[in-house]
Amino acid sequence: MSESDAVLIKPKDYKTSVKPIWCPGCGDFAVLSAITKALAWMKLAKEEVALISGIGCSSRLPAYVDSYGFHGIHGRVLPLAAGLKVVRPELTVIAAGGDGDGYSIGGNHFMHACRRNIDMTYIVMDNRVYGMTKGQASPTTAADWDKSKLTPHGTGVPPFQPLSIALAAGAGFIARGFSGDPNQMSKLIVEAIEYPGFALIEVLSPCPTFRPEQKEWKHQVRQAEDIPLHDPVQAAEWLAADDGMSSGLIYHRAHPVWQALHEVGSTLADIEQEFRI
Amino acid sequence: MTQHNNISIAITGSGGSGAVTAGLILLEAMAQAGFYGLMQRSAGPQIRGGESAVMLRFADHELCGPADVFDLWLALDWLKVRRFVDEIPLHGGSQIISDPMIGEPPAEVTGQQAAFIDLSLKQTAATVEGGRVNMVGIGVLAAMLGLSVATMHKAIQKTLSDKGKAVISASLAAIEAGMRLVPSGSVPLTANWQVATGERWNISGNEACGLGALRGGVRFVAAYPITPASDMLEWLAPNLEKIGGTLLQAEDELASINMIVGASFGGVASLTATSGPGLSLMLEGIGLAVASETPITVVNVMRGGPSTGIPTKSEQADLNQALYGPHGDAPHLVLAPLGISDAVFTTQWAVCLAERLQTATIVLSDQSIGQARAIVSPVPETDMLCTRQTAQDIDGEYRRYTLTPDGISPMAIPGTPYGMYTADGLEHNEKGTPSSMAADHNVQLTKRSDKLLQTDYGEHWAEIAADDEAVADYLLLTWGSVSGVVSEGAGRLRDQGYSVTVVAVRLLMPLPLQQMKNALSGAKKILVVEHNYSAQFYHYLMSLGAIPQDASSLARPGPLPLRPGEIVTTMTGEQHE
Repeated sequence: MSESDAVLIKPKDYKTSVKPIWCPGCGDFAVLSAITKALAWMKLAKEEVALISGIGCSSRLPAYVDSYGFHGIHGRVLPLAAGLKVVRPELTVIAAGGDGDGYSIGGNHFMHACRRNIDMTYIVMDNRVYGMTKGQASPTTAADWDKSKLTPHGTGVPPFQPLSIALAAGAGFIARGFSGDPNQMSKLIVEAIEYPGFALIEVLSPCPTFRPEQKEWKHQVRQAEDIPLHDPVQAAEWLAADDGMSSGLIYHRAHPVWQALHEVGSTLADIEQEFRI
Repeated sequence: MTQHNNISIAITGSGGSGAVTAGLILLEAMAQAGFYGLMQRSAGPQIRGGESAVMLRFADHELCGPADVFDLWLALDWLKVRRFVDEIPLHGGSQIISDPMIGEPPAEVTGQQAAFIDLSLKQTAATVEGGRVNMVGIGVLAAMLGLSVATMHKAIQKTLSDKGKAVISASLAAIEAGMRLVPSGSVPLTANWQVATGERWNISGNEACGLGALRGGVRFVAAYPITPASDMLEWLAPNLEKIGGTLLQAEDELASINMIVGASFGGVASLTATSGPGLSLMLEGIGLAVASETPITVVNVMRGGPSTGIPTKSEQADLNQALYGPHGDAPHLVLAPLGISDAVFTTQWAVCLAERLQTATIVLSDQSIGQARAIVSPVPETDMLCTRQTAQDIDGEYRRYTLTPDGISPMAIPGTPYGMYTADGLEHNEKGTPSSMAADHNVQLTKRSDKLLQTDYGEHWAEIAADDEAVADYLLLTWGSVSGVVSEGAGRLRDQGYSVTVVAVRLLMPLPLQQMKNALSGAKKILVVEHNYSAQFYHYLMSLGAIPQDASSLARPGPLPLRPGEIVTTMTGEQHE
């Protein structure tokens, strides 16, 4: 046990003094609180936690948590987190970011992280808009949303279905949280950290600046009661029927976790022997 | 001076003819017999069933590159051989070994001066159960080279160990049958060669890079397959496991570069290997390593470019990208191995410098090194300072990017109490907090630049071979894989009575300018030699003011290799051979 582990840590102790750049009313504040609450509840030593992110409003989160962190480049949060976890399996690795970062520019990594199943938690703060670049459509934006100058007639593209895709790609822990329900979110984060493997939490996190209509989410989101499901076919049907506003742990199933294999016992001199004539 | 006692042999064949296997066996046999060798490869575009050629050179001393011309050419068949004709220059005394039964050689071959040795390779193979033409052909070459049956046994046992007993005995029988095709009493081509008694290695350039990485302390590799780097990864995967390390096959190069940044952030020396297209995809990640001061090493095994280019053949055309690729002011290191053996040292050095200076290092190997295999003296371990400065026993506020005299800030590794910080690709202040203020930007830009410029890289920045003369007539300035060819060309110029200095640069960026000026001082005629179309190295040196205005350039693209005679011709204006 390390020194900083000895005293009981409160949620606020996991916060740094850096002031978030987020707009007033941003759903990401609640996610930050839910993370610190989960860490405190689990009594995780600050130095044993690493928060990894890409680029976007929500990806600023690591700087606000007093753990180790890496604010990387756009879309590459999952590989960055995977590299760390593979070499330091004892750390609690939490990846975080937004819908653009995770599902658009990072979409390929998203699928492969689901199937690779390295033991980490991935929190996606989905507000269905690019906030940092001032309000363009994201992959989860509805096809007819025409408020962006970049796509004045709407994108004309059906929104990305992250949870269905995660399921198809082999993720074994799929949950949806809502920034309006921070207690549920904390609980989901704890469960995700405890899940051995890749755990996805999609968080409905409203953007009051570019999507003010998302204020209505608090009337639309409801905790689902018939979950978690453990059968992938049932989960696929459930997700296909869902309107995207049901929250909770949706799918939970054990999958083999990717781990590095070591034989050990050899030295470099042993390896060099193979070159000898 | 020029070292004689060497012979160059080409083996060509269409897909499945076993040219590459033949080359590997002959290389191993010559090694067993106490000689040195080099085997370079040329392949067509096919995955399987394509034509291939191996270019062998043997000697009683260590070799560093191809010769001008081939003495022997074993043609297993003539299918698609036109693709290789340019790569197999011959001379009046060259001999082509083939079987009239396999068909007529094309006009490009018959039009040359070489003599044909017609042998019944096919019929001889048919006399042995499971016998193959390539093995009969090796038998012929073995007998001409003076190799014994016992030596061929050893070479076959070692090279074909995983093929099973039946294949081994059939191969041996076919080789012996081939040996009998050469009249007994012929004087072996290696008759007056010295036999080495010391230990030697049989190692490829890609393996040499891999070994250098392990010696440098690399214990994590993430990579995406790409020609001609893949066999480095295939060598590293099992060998990393043996010493407690890990190789992870990533979904693309964007993933692999970010995975190694993440792993290095976790405190483990990390590397990726790729080729040109992969390096293009990695540039943003390399910039992240530079900005966040996270040590990483990227080995780029160059191939013909641009775009998909010529994946199976060599060129030194990624220099500009390695030097200038990352956006913004992103000081990093660029190194290049000077040959196969040197790939061990240079890669180890690159990893050590990345760790010590907390930056990104790019190693520019290429196909002519990576996919070549050589018999060389063992590469001894070199003591290097490879340690990363880490923050321990942290007392008070930890500042990740704190300013220090040498610009290197002790790095807190996750798990270290009180060292929590967020690494960032955003510009930041000393603590690591994002900042867009001019003062922070200036301070951190200067820090990241100065830590590289203030380092004393010692004597390894280049290999300098000078004559006793105070002032050289000719100074040959080169880098990376072509250094061997340049050295051989210099030897011939010395034979002609010229005084020649060769400066082969290993550390391309930052270039130690003062040392470069010292090395060049007084040279009467400077030639910058490189294997690309646009003279990238020459222009780089010009931009730095590292060479005088009257320095000239010999820049030629791949896929044909540079040859020593070209160096001589360029310097003296005389035609070689």
